[in-house]
Amino acid sequence: MNILADILSATILFAAPLLMVALGGMFSERSGIINIALEGIMIIGALCSCLFLRVLDDSGFGALHPQLAMFYAVLMAAGTGALFALLLAFASINLKADQTIGGTALNMFAPAFAIVLTWAIQGQGQTTILIPTWARITQETFGIVEKDTFLQNLIFKSFYQTTIWAIVLLIAAVIVLYKTRFGLRLRACGEHPQAADSVGINVYRMRYAGVFISGVLGGIGGLAYTLAAGSAFQSTVSGYGFLALAVMIFGNWKPWNILGASLFFALFKILGSYSGSIPFLPKFENIKASENIYLMLPYIVTMIVLILTSKKSRAPKSEGIPYDKGRR
Amino acid sequence: MSEKKKRSFRLPNMTSFFASMISIGIGLVFGLILLIILNPEASGEAFVSLISAGFRSSDKFAKVLYQAAPLIMTGLSVAFAFKTGLFNIGATGQYTVGGAFALIAAIQLQQPWYVCLILALIGGAFWGLFPGLFKAYFNVNEVITSIMFNWIAMFAVNLTINNLPMMLAKYWGGAQMDRTANLAQANPSALIPRLGLDELMNSNYMNISIFIAILFAIVAWIILSKTTFGYELKACGFNRNASIYAGINAKRNIVLSMVISGAFAGVGGGLYFLAGTGQYTLLKQLLTAGFNGIPVALLASSHPIGTIFSALFVSYIQVGGDAMQPDFVKEIIDIIISVIIYLAAFALLMRELLTRRSMLAHDAEGDTPLPPADPEEKSEVSES
Repeated sequence: MNILADILSATILFAAPLLMVALGGMFSERSGIINIALEGIMIIGALCSCLFLRVLDDSGFGALHPQLAMFYAVLMAAGTGALFALLLAFASINLKADQTIGGTALNMFAPAFAIVLTWAIQGQGQTTILIPTWARITQETFGIVEKDTFLQNLIFKSFYQTTIWAIVLLIAAVIVLYKTRFGLRLRACGEHPQAADSVGINVYRMRYAGVFISGVLGGIGGLAYTLAAGSAFQSTVSGYGFLALAVMIFGNWKPWNILGASLFFALFKILGSYSGSIPFLPKFENIKASENIYLMLPYIVTMIVLILTSKKSRAPKSEGIPYDKGRR
Repeated sequence: MSEKKKRSFRLPNMTSFFASMISIGIGLVFGLILLIILNPEASGEAFVSLISAGFRSSDKFAKVLYQAAPLIMTGLSVAFAFKTGLFNIGATGQYTVGGAFALIAAIQLQQPWYVCLILALIGGAFWGLFPGLFKAYFNVNEVITSIMFNWIAMFAVNLTINNLPMMLAKYWGGAQMDRTANLAQANPSALIPRLGLDELMNSNYMNISIFIAILFAIVAWIILSKTTFGYELKACGFNRNASIYAGINAKRNIVLSMVISGAFAGVGGGLYFLAGTGQYTLLKQLLTAGFNGIPVALLASSHPIGTIFSALFVSYIQVGGDAMQPDFVKEIIDIIISVIIYLAAFALLMRELLTRRSMLAHDAEGDTPLPPADPEEKSEVSES
């Protein structure tokens, strides 16, 4: 039973960053901008929030009010991610550049900048930023006695504030996208910007908003990934930004589908890393390094599902096309 | 008509060259400022080695050429796909599979270098087949397929190499467990020939791979701009429906574009691993070489011949970056390159302005295509 709790809690832990970043990508693409820079945005969000956590730890504030400090870190990740994303918005909206150009530049900039900055702050060769131990939510946070039960293992094994934020932001995303005037306008700009413009919607402003929101979600997602991946930030999010892009397409640019896609992908990923300790899975004893088979599994399964569901797949019609007022 | 067409094709090439030069200049100045901020005392010396290390000695220059060869190939891979309207973010996977095919041919099958290189080409093409097929027949976005197949390639190659005992360095008396055999021990005939260039340049990095890469760039240029086949590929990229209407088999062309693009990346992997100076390490991280093809292609505005020069430039300042150590991190180079690419967006704007001005000056007939609008001209339409 304990292994089941472990697998489920790890799945949720890894699904949270995928979910948030994919939702970010969704907002950007729904407004008409392909955001390939999600990887870079995640790194910048994680970098700044982890540095901020270090500062809070050194000043003693973090140990006193751990969850309040985490809340500030989340805000930091969101803010820096959004600022960084504005660079993409400027290149692709104002300059009407190819959206992959700006995105590639940001993806290349972020990890290099992270390494340069961590070196500059922490001294030569110090490329990791340790995350304070108080960041995790434990039984202690709620004053509950620690017990080795299924439920406690499920919830507290790896529980961070970012997981709560993932749920809150998912609900917020659904409401904003489908229940507000803003959401309707945003979607219109991704489908038919000329029509949106003709009824008085400022397409440039809506696209800026879409990219900004993707920066907020991508930044928090970066922090969530770093918390999930280990005890330190190492100037990388190991391709999770690109995976989130895949999850977004897998989820057909719809929030609930994206939730399903990220849980599905995370579950297969965790099954891969736990494959040795799950009794009913085949072990492939005569093959060396057979763990690679399980590590491949999430990607292969995703591809198969994509082929099966591709008939229904529908991207926002005008994504990737710079909007030009002169061409109606 | 034909004369006018020629002019409008030639003109953007020159202006895009100047635009790229200006971007590079600004990028380097940005790098200098960054160096001064980080460490003012060492910055002057570091900047000098950044911009001159590649020419300082013949072995450094050999390193530039050695690094540039695979970069040209992955750059070509991305550029070829861009030209045909596809975004090949999977050059990494194709590079990995190409490299693995080459190494298996070299070590397990004991083949000479040219056979290994052909297998690298086939390996890359094979891995490019999947995004192409999925895009053409199942309507799956090539970006997502490429990303997924990058990871599948890495795990599949790790799995395969682990299960071929001859492949690992340990079998040939090497100390490391986690990498493939040293080619000089396992099969010297699989090494890419050096033709005495290594002695001439005084560097064991030097071989003929740069010339092979340049040859491929010329082939790519001929395919794209001199053949009907290339025209069809580009037409599908511009407007799939229009090309179907014109009788072009769009599905077949999408698959072929990706296969050719993958083949270029595969050869890149082959060139790198058959040089004998790099061994495939069984890591759980994607090789960055394929991703570096994207900036190379963008810097060259996806022109096949341009990728030769942009790859040489990227390689040149990477060698410069290595020379800046240990005072500075070599990742500063990536920052400079990213700034240059970002400025390419401005370059696009500049190019449009230049093209428009010269068209207005030269064209009196009045049937010029509508020039792209200036972003400054946009009027503010307020909400509600």
